[in-house]
Amino acid sequence: MSVDSSTDPMAPAVDVPSGLPPQTVSSALHDYVDKLRGGDLGSLPAALGLLVLAAIFSGMKPDEFFNVGNFANIFVQAAPTIVIAMGLIFVLLLGEIDLAAGFTAGTSAAVLAVTLTLHEWPWYLSVLLCLFVGLAIGFFMGTLVARLQIPSFVVTLAMFLALQGVLLIIIGDNGTIAVRDPQILFLMNNNLSVAMSWALAVVVVAGYAGITFRQLQGRRKAGLHAASTSVWAARVIGLAVVVAGGTYLLCLERGPRPDLKSIKGVPGVVPLILILLIGLTFMTNRTALGRHIYAVGGNAEAARRAGINVGGIRVFCFIVGSMMAAVGGILLASRQNGVDPGTGGSLTLLLAVAAAVIGGTSLFGGKGNVKDAVIGGLVVAVINNGLPFITSNAGATYIVTGGVLLIAASVDALSRRRAQSSGRA
Amino acid sequence: MPTESATTPLLSLRGVNKSFGAVQVLHDVDFDVYPGEVTALVGDNGAGKSTLIKAVAGIYPFDSGELTFEGQVEAIHGPKQSSALGIEVVYQDLALCDNLDVVHNMFLGREQKSGITLDEAGMELRATDTLAGLSVRTLKSVRQLVASLSGGQRQTVAIARAVLWNSKLVILDEPTAALGVAQTEQVLNLVRRLADKGLGVVLISHNMNDVFAVADRIACLYLGRMAAQVKTTDTTHSEVVQLITAGRSDRTDAASVAEGQAS
Repeated sequence: MSVDSSTDPMAPAVDVPSGLPPQTVSSALHDYVDKLRGGDLGSLPAALGLLVLAAIFSGMKPDEFFNVGNFANIFVQAAPTIVIAMGLIFVLLLGEIDLAAGFTAGTSAAVLAVTLTLHEWPWYLSVLLCLFVGLAIGFFMGTLVARLQIPSFVVTLAMFLALQGVLLIIIGDNGTIAVRDPQILFLMNNNLSVAMSWALAVVVVAGYAGITFRQLQGRRKAGLHAASTSVWAARVIGLAVVVAGGTYLLCLERGPRPDLKSIKGVPGVVPLILILLIGLTFMTNRTALGRHIYAVGGNAEAARRAGINVGGIRVFCFIVGSMMAAVGGILLASRQNGVDPGTGGSLTLLLAVAAAVIGGTSLFGGKGNVKDAVIGGLVVAVINNGLPFITSNAGATYIVTGGVLLIAASVDALSRRRAQSSGRA
Repeated sequence: MPTESATTPLLSLRGVNKSFGAVQVLHDVDFDVYPGEVTALVGDNGAGKSTLIKAVAGIYPFDSGELTFEGQVEAIHGPKQSSALGIEVVYQDLALCDNLDVVHNMFLGREQKSGITLDEAGMELRATDTLAGLSVRTLKSVRQLVASLSGGQRQTVAIARAVLWNSKLVILDEPTAALGVAQTEQVLNLVRRLADKGLGVVLISHNMNDVFAVADRIACLYLGRMAAQVKTTDTTHSEVVQLITAGRSDRTDAASVAEGQAS
């Protein structure tokens, strides 16, 4: 271990900062660069990758890829992956894996479809039961992992097989069960009205500005190191530009025959994803429970000695993972207008894992954010959306997605090494 | 020289025993820790040092014997209870989470909350105050991740965490084992400051230089028995080594009698 510069007798002793001058825009940038150099890349590679991919596809196929209809399409394509990946992040934070998330989604969706269509339940009861199925699956797997200490790889691989069978049995001989409930179908097939879309945009930006400003004031009042108002304003304006730009594009007419049926507005699934993103981010970053999840993922023994219920946290994370998979299942059912034995199968799980890892969640546990799922999910969706315009060969899509996942995992492994070796901060 | 021993011990063990199955690890051990003093606990591997402190920390109970803390006879049934009494242990393998920052680690498992959210500003202030109170000047920021800290800085954070909870007795298990020269110096200074603030400090160490640098008293375990508990000023380097390796020394008997603690 190299001797830290701050223990060097020649270096001036730096006091614990208290009442330092507020952070300016340039020092904020400087701190961010320092953080990157220390190996803490966060979502930056994924965000850059998203821009590069979008630029490549837009450049090569401006007509097919770069149009408003396709822009809206990407959100809808990404939605199930994003939602399942949000749940997987909780499991990945522990350093565990959930291979059954895809078929948890399929099984929950099948329960939803059977109760909705065959038993004509009201949609909210079906959704509740669907979420409960996710909860039960997560509780079962989490208990096996936490109490019996079976590796999660084995437990969830077994559940991957078993749930595939459960899905077949629930669906029965029909082969497919249609979903016709308008509330469920709205999510993936309809859009918010233009007025609602703009209202949503205003609420998002104002909410972000308000919450971050309150935090800033709180830190200033306590006399702690805080960002300056200009840094805060720059962040809010940046978000406002992105949100307003996206909303504007989505509110343009994108129907092929506007005279027959007008298609415009933010897709119905976007508010759902926003609510999940805000709720889960609040839980992970602002509550003691979330702090304990990171602690268990970072050093389970330290967490145990600090009096944290490590087993309970593990079970909880598997429950969150499986319930989010159930929500993903609802989206899949909505998109396919029904459920069949392949729902949640084939690439569903792999794309969700890829989304989480590409977004910047570490496979080694303890590092990651719910928002990683959104950025990673969009990257995966852009690849799957854009490549078919360039080549009709489906093989290419698989290869590129696999390659991007490997790159993301390599970035994760390398940044971890970098973080370990950077004895400085 | 029993003049300074006029104060009552903060922690006092009398005739404690501990067995694991057929193996008796501690035999009728007496052990005293005084407030405002560093008591070094030395002994060879397997002498029972870890067993002794783990029982004090409440990881497991003593089989028999009496534990007195601040004059009250206590039975410690778990780690929570020992923390409640004001006993904190800084373990050898640190028990810090690399992926969390200094403040998060110091409050791990005992976070301050306002409503259901974490009181980040309050925790940061208290952490900063505690570090300043210990004259810790080596941390750039209390918001840096523990992964980016040097070994000495990590040890500092672990010790500061133990102090944060108004603890009265801090037990340090080999705090300098993995550190370089400059960092060892830093940590030993910190250990000394803890005692100067009036806390009782138990320092487990294999390094005689460290022991003689900071300890006021030296307690030596030999094969599960307390070979001697002597004042640092009354003993010598070679005598302590003799106690560790043979369990007795030419001068021990006289010293122990002076302390009123026959081995």
